[in-house]
Amino acid sequence: MTMTMGEAAKPARLRPWLAGLRLQDKARDCALLVVPPLITIGLLLLLWQMLCSQPGASLPPPSKVIKDTWQLISDPFFDNGGTDVGLFWQILASLKRVCIGFSLAAVCGVALGVLIGQSSFAYRGLDPIFQVLRTVPPLAWLPISLAAFKDSNPSAIFVIFITAIWPVILNTAVGVRQIPEDYRNVARVLRLNGWEYFFKIMLPASVPYMFTGLRIGVGLSWLAIVAAEMLVGGVGIGFFIWDGWNSSLLSEIILALIYVGIIGFLLDRIIGFFGRLIAGRPI
Amino acid sequence: MRGYLTIEQVGKTFDTQSGKFTALSNVSLAIEKGEFVTIIGHSGCGKSTLLNIVAGLSRATTGAVLLDGVSVDEPGPDRAVVFQNHSLLPWLSAYANVRLAVDKVFGKTKSSAERDEWTKHNLDLVHMNHALHKKPDELSGGMRQRVGIARALAMQPKILLLDEPFGALDALTRAHLQDTVMEIHQATKSTAIMITHDVDEAVLLSNRIVMMTNGPAATIGDICQVGLDRPRRRLEMADSLEYARCRKQVLQFLYERHAKAA
Repeated sequence: MTMTMGEAAKPARLRPWLAGLRLQDKARDCALLVVPPLITIGLLLLLWQMLCSQPGASLPPPSKVIKDTWQLISDPFFDNGGTDVGLFWQILASLKRVCIGFSLAAVCGVALGVLIGQSSFAYRGLDPIFQVLRTVPPLAWLPISLAAFKDSNPSAIFVIFITAIWPVILNTAVGVRQIPEDYRNVARVLRLNGWEYFFKIMLPASVPYMFTGLRIGVGLSWLAIVAAEMLVGGVGIGFFIWDGWNSSLLSEIILALIYVGIIGFLLDRIIGFFGRLIAGRPI
Repeated sequence: MRGYLTIEQVGKTFDTQSGKFTALSNVSLAIEKGEFVTIIGHSGCGKSTLLNIVAGLSRATTGAVLLDGVSVDEPGPDRAVVFQNHSLLPWLSAYANVRLAVDKVFGKTKSSAERDEWTKHNLDLVHMNHALHKKPDELSGGMRQRVGIARALAMQPKILLLDEPFGALDALTRAHLQDTVMEIHQATKSTAIMITHDVDEAVLLSNRIVMMTNGPAATIGDICQVGLDRPRRRLEMADSLEYARCRKQVLQFLYERHAKAA
């Protein structure tokens, strides 16, 4: 009898201890994930600090970057009119352009990709054109689009569009072409009509490929917007960097570069997240 | 020669780079309602080509296929196919795979609740009611094939076409699935054509075994009538004279009369 009670009591006593252990495990997993990057970042900053602290160094060390740009870091929301606005507004302006250009590229790219993936006639007709056009560097499109749109903002958006669309088209086409014959046969036996086939078979079967294209596309758009804005001016992180160069504010440029990198990384992760969400599986 | 399903003088010629290749020639067969027919032959004899023609996935070069008096020239749910490699859509659960077929076939005639019940009923028939919401890659090979069979059954086809459905399975799983197919055939009185290269499977399941000659220009070489009562039990077959006779007839055909150089 006492033994039974002892047995029963044991798990109850053990439970909080086990929970503590599990929490410890979680903390360790978390530390394993966070500590190595912290160490490498710390070492890099230290190296940078050492290299740029010598007299006559041409670039500012991190301590000076933070000191110089503290106002920009601490208040990203100020607005003194014109292009003299906080970094939040600069980045938002760039993101807006990317958002419009990239959305257009996504819609047109998926549509064209499905077309050349489905029809070998369209593939033969369009693929050579796409292969040539996609090698044109983004900025080479800028003069043409400035001439066509006669305005800087639509031109910048067009550059984003034309940069992001190629990987979307080509990856979607690959995705559509690789749909196994078996799925097509299932669709034929079930007599799915065009729309049903598109939504129930083609889209889910090629979503991982589409999102590969979209991820590459969003990365390229972010690369292109910074370059395009340097040339067209106005509010935007690209022009902010160019402006910093013209005013010899190297610390501001370095800060902007860090922000550009972080935003690019986040854009990539966001598209990846939506891909997983829509595909319902890792992509 | 008129049956529920009539295959009449069917031939199939493929255009290949080295000229025309005749895969099938002059295949005629009549299948009665409720019959379970297996087609057996060496690989490359055009069994799958014949099944694809009946399914409508491929068109006969000559001859015609009639199902219930209507000529077959395109695929449709009245000739449901169980594909060799299950062909389930990997992004849908077992339930959703079957439900897709049910919605398409009975979308206009059954209410949503009825379709739900019909989907579950068919998964129940293949003993898969425990894994309704698993995706195909979470299921074993045998289970995937069960779901594939449920999907085909759920279309309530006039004829069920099974293209070597157990080819990729291990012997034990295969035996379980054969038993399930026999149960279902017994319960639903469905008409079926199954392709196989397994002699025991053919004898155990069929009313008739159609033996194909080797290609090119393969045709029906012989037909074995299996006079075994149903329900059949695997264990009792070991002592059955009729089972042994059929088995011998098919083996003789395959390995003496139409042996294939390996």
